[in-house]
Amino acid sequence: MSTPLIVTKRMVDHPSDSHTLERYEETGGYVEAKRALGLTRDELVEEVKASGLLGRGGAAFSAGLKWSFLAPARPSYLVINGDESEPGTFKDRQLLERDPHQMIEGIIITAIANEVHHAFVYIRGEYPKPARRVQTAVDEAYANGYLGKGIFGSDYDLELTVHLGGGAYICGEETALINSLEGQRGEPRLKPPYFPAAKGLYMMPTIVNNVETVSNLPHILAMGSDDYASLSDNADTGTFMMSLSGHVNRPGNYELPHGITWRDLIYDIGGGITGDKELKAWIPGGASAPWFVPEEHLDLEISKDATAAAGSMLGSGAVIVMDEDTCMVRAAERVVRFFAHESCGQCTPCREGTTWLEMILRRIEEGQGRAVDLDLAVDVSDGISIGLGWPPKMTTICPLGPSAVSPIKALKDYFIDEVDRHVAEGGCWFPGAKKTLNTPVLVGSPTTRASRSAPRAES
Amino acid sequence: MTDLVHVTINGTQHEVPAGELLIKAAQDNGTYIPRFCWHERMNPVGMCRMCLVEIETPRGPMMVTACTNPVSDGMVVDTENAEVKKAQEAILEFLLANHPLDCPVCDKGGECPLQDQAMAYGPGESRFVEIKRHYEKPIPISDLVLLDRERCILCARCTRFSDEISGDPLIEFKDRGNATEVNTFPELPFSSYFSGNTVQICPVGALTAKPYRFRARPWDLQKVESSGMFDTAHPRLEIHASQNEILRYTGVDNDATNHGWLSDKDRFGFEYLRAPDRLTKPLVRRDGEFVEVEWPEALDIAAGRLELIIDEDGGSAIGVIGGANGTNEDAYALSRFARDVIGTPHVDSRMDDALASHFLAATVDRALISDIDEADTIVVWGPDLKEEHPTLYLRVRRAAQELGKTLVVVHPRATGLDDRATIKATYRPGGGFELLDEIAEGDHPEISEALSVDKVVAIVGIASHADGPQLAESVAALVRQKSSGTKILPLNGRANTFGALDMGLAPDLGPGRLNIESPGMSTAEMMEALDSGELRALVMVGADPIGNIPDPRSAINGLDAAEYVISIDLFVNESNLNADLILPASGFGEKEGTVTNVEGRVQKVNVVRPSPGAARDDWEILEDLSRHMGKGMGFSSSETIAKQISETAPAYSGVTHDLLEWDERDGVVVPIDGGQSFDHIPVALEGPKAPGAQFTLHSARVLYDDGVRVRHCASLAPLARGPVVQVNPQDAPGLGAQDGSSVKVTTGHGTGEFTAVLDPDTPSGVVFIPFDQPGARSLGTDPVVRLKVVN
Repeated sequence: MSTPLIVTKRMVDHPSDSHTLERYEETGGYVEAKRALGLTRDELVEEVKASGLLGRGGAAFSAGLKWSFLAPARPSYLVINGDESEPGTFKDRQLLERDPHQMIEGIIITAIANEVHHAFVYIRGEYPKPARRVQTAVDEAYANGYLGKGIFGSDYDLELTVHLGGGAYICGEETALINSLEGQRGEPRLKPPYFPAAKGLYMMPTIVNNVETVSNLPHILAMGSDDYASLSDNADTGTFMMSLSGHVNRPGNYELPHGITWRDLIYDIGGGITGDKELKAWIPGGASAPWFVPEEHLDLEISKDATAAAGSMLGSGAVIVMDEDTCMVRAAERVVRFFAHESCGQCTPCREGTTWLEMILRRIEEGQGRAVDLDLAVDVSDGISIGLGWPPKMTTICPLGPSAVSPIKALKDYFIDEVDRHVAEGGCWFPGAKKTLNTPVLVGSPTTRASRSAPRAES
Repeated sequence: MTDLVHVTINGTQHEVPAGELLIKAAQDNGTYIPRFCWHERMNPVGMCRMCLVEIETPRGPMMVTACTNPVSDGMVVDTENAEVKKAQEAILEFLLANHPLDCPVCDKGGECPLQDQAMAYGPGESRFVEIKRHYEKPIPISDLVLLDRERCILCARCTRFSDEISGDPLIEFKDRGNATEVNTFPELPFSSYFSGNTVQICPVGALTAKPYRFRARPWDLQKVESSGMFDTAHPRLEIHASQNEILRYTGVDNDATNHGWLSDKDRFGFEYLRAPDRLTKPLVRRDGEFVEVEWPEALDIAAGRLELIIDEDGGSAIGVIGGANGTNEDAYALSRFARDVIGTPHVDSRMDDALASHFLAATVDRALISDIDEADTIVVWGPDLKEEHPTLYLRVRRAAQELGKTLVVVHPRATGLDDRATIKATYRPGGGFELLDEIAEGDHPEISEALSVDKVVAIVGIASHADGPQLAESVAALVRQKSSGTKILPLNGRANTFGALDMGLAPDLGPGRLNIESPGMSTAEMMEALDSGELRALVMVGADPIGNIPDPRSAINGLDAAEYVISIDLFVNESNLNADLILPASGFGEKEGTVTNVEGRVQKVNVVRPSPGAARDDWEILEDLSRHMGKGMGFSSSETIAKQISETAPAYSGVTHDLLEWDERDGVVVPIDGGQSFDHIPVALEGPKAPGAQFTLHSARVLYDDGVRVRHCASLAPLARGPVVQVNPQDAPGLGAQDGSSVKVTTGHGTGEFTAVLDPDTPSGVVFIPFDQPGARSLGTDPVVRLKVVN
């Protein structure tokens, strides 16, 4: 763990005032933004491409490549996605709250690289303090001529608007975020044709980058792309942030080097499972990601490729750890309930399917389960995400629906016995099980046949 | 021509236009991909996911929605493999999970895309055992439409229609996820003039229309295609009837006129046919009272009185008005009856609110409705199309919004098109000529520039009665000067005005638009001549001059003074209330024939039910009357009349009923140069000047009028706004008026009491009084008004 801290260094070194302009400038801030003014779009795009920086919002797509896709029409816009709403994810919150100028400098660099003169920061509505800190920092930047007309005394204009979301998870999806910013319903747009780099905000070319992604940029320019890339031995470059939560002794945000394993993260960095219990499962990349279990995944390297090969993703860097006393049915129900609640309702499979899955799981948990219900839930999931693979083959407009079926896949792959026992014993035996039924007594067909098509080949 | 690309659908290669949506390309080549949200006339949203298909990509097969993906060359598509079938079954099971399945009591049952596609593509059973989503059902969202949110599958067809097509986005999605529902905004009903279209395109029974609810099962309906007769564009529609009762109209998709859409007036305006006070027997006035008589007696009386007057003073002592509310065959029979049987030159189908007959009927460069789509600039200087010409309104709106055409709207107040207009010019009623003069002088360079393009379609008509009917001709002339590619669409109200003019129902036009050297009297002149005694008798066919013209005083006096008045009509109205004889006529849906629309397109109207009682077609009545006068015209059916028209009127040559079968085509456009064409209009920039009064009266029509047909439609009559005076909110304090105040309005012609409506769409200094509302006609068209709040 010899890798230096990058985006969290300032807040670690100066915990009391890392968010202030004084501290930011005293520790080398805004130097790279000024320097970027002297570079061309091509130079900046190439530099970021060479750094290997991957988007930190969940999709892990090359940031430089994304910039290079920007369509030629102007005006172009930059939107910073600070709508961090994935359950388990809280890294951007810290970056917004503790080092807002670092993000603003990253925004200035991104804007210059993409010929943007109006950028937006879209912050989750439930983040009032980070939003206040960012607004204060933006006001300071304007007051010092780092934003506004002719930034840093150049002839480059850059406006930056801070906008607060209204409390919808789906607005973290970049096209829904754009709709929301425009004042429309927060619903993802159809792709194709509406990739933001081609047609985004106000139907103009738009770059949407995550808070952590742009926060890295001043450091990439300062270190040079080669040094940044060489911080890591594998394809993922630089450092990465993870939000560790659940049944670990030391939950929190960590800026980590590449190359460590899940065992390192959970047992070493996280200090092991609370109460010395056994690890049962963890979600490796936010609520959307397919679950991992110790028997199969504990010694995998934490990298984009290794995680993808194992059928999951690092996503937004949220690790939720579950111990042996966690009821998998209840955990699955909780995750599915979240997605059902956050479904925008636009497309049929997600709107209807996620709610149905939630109902099935709740029945099993509360003692109304039938032997056929797991197969049924798998088949319902199949209608949202065909084959339940990752990345999903989705029947939906956006990946929210397929994200909701990740827990079902975990039940099917690893916890069939636990589901069966719920059915056989008429409910849950884990600590905290509800004694009263929330589920209405079953209505409708008493059919026990759940799978209408031929039995599926085991995958 | 569009480029063609090759697409392989289920193993068969097809050539399809580049850029076409996959769902449409497949459909045109015989592969139906199921769908709910996609509608050919609206932008795709890809929401229902029913049209998922698999396409091959470099990264392997991919599931995409056929409604949002355009075809590309070499595309390989599978619409029926196991994964696609799995997806289709899943979507249908999801859609039905919360659907109430109350099909036995649902109006849509039997013609329901959800039923049909569940049968064809569904899993056949539901595994959903939980409790379904429940809502209060149904809730009224307007005076005409009810919404059942349990049945709704959230396809956004209705919300898109009202947003994209009709331009009144009064229904929207609210909430999200599983709680998403379509609803109206608080305190704001879905009071669109086009709301019925959402009922027609709803793929389930979520939206139902009051006039049709619970009245029929679709499989019991008799259906015939016909033309909408509340709108001079004659939108194509289908009439559905059961047990001799017309139950609904549905729009029929076509490129020529209406794209399948209907205004609510056209859609629901059939109820008058079954009104309890329809005339079903001839009425003769005896001792001041109407008495029912049988046809032979009525015809004897009529023939006797007409013959007596002809013997004494010649046929020219009799005037004939009307004929614009019937078929071309009715109009032709009336024209022949007037000119040959009675022998009078005094024939007019226009009341006194119309453009010149030559301009309406024989403008050489008359535009087709579809020319609107091809124009560079569209000029609308005439009525508010949304109020008076709803089919054209939708067409122009689409051209501006979807096709990006330059749209210039000139009108004395806000119109339904303003939000899509590139340029909107508002002027004081009566100031039209002044504005036109300014434009001609170059004082409005942005308008001059918009007109100086290759192709202009100018839609002209009477914007405000203060301007008079001549302004439209001058507007047309000016536009022609600016662009050599100008096409003109002159507007007039009344169902079949253009057919009536083509059949010779104008004092200066014979059948086939042949010029008449010594014209007879116009309707207004006839009314004065009746008053002065120069004319002794009047024959009215489907005409209600007192109820239909902005300044009815001369009609009231003329009809009062007339010695003998015969009316052929469906109802007793203000004008025939004191007639000597009323003969009961059939209405549209009860008679066969042809009609001619605003662009000169001849279409069929068809029969679906018999006329009530002894009511008969106009032409039959006129034929019998002429026989009773010993001068039979020899007509034995509507078809034989059409044949005679095709032989007499050069423009109608060859236009027979056979030619107009709906399956084959959208009617036939008759050429202008077949008759007396009209290609020169002097630019007259002189005309009435806007008065310098404190308030100027803007007098124009609105959609739901006080006409006899709307008044007898139970569903539409309550929608008429009644006697209102619409005042700009800025002017209200000075008047001491509030919303709902009673205001006494006085012009040089008369006075009336109106309810004030504060209306930001009416400019300050102007008051808008729809003259086709009860009581409004007492004011005439005098633009100078005085207002006084009475309480």
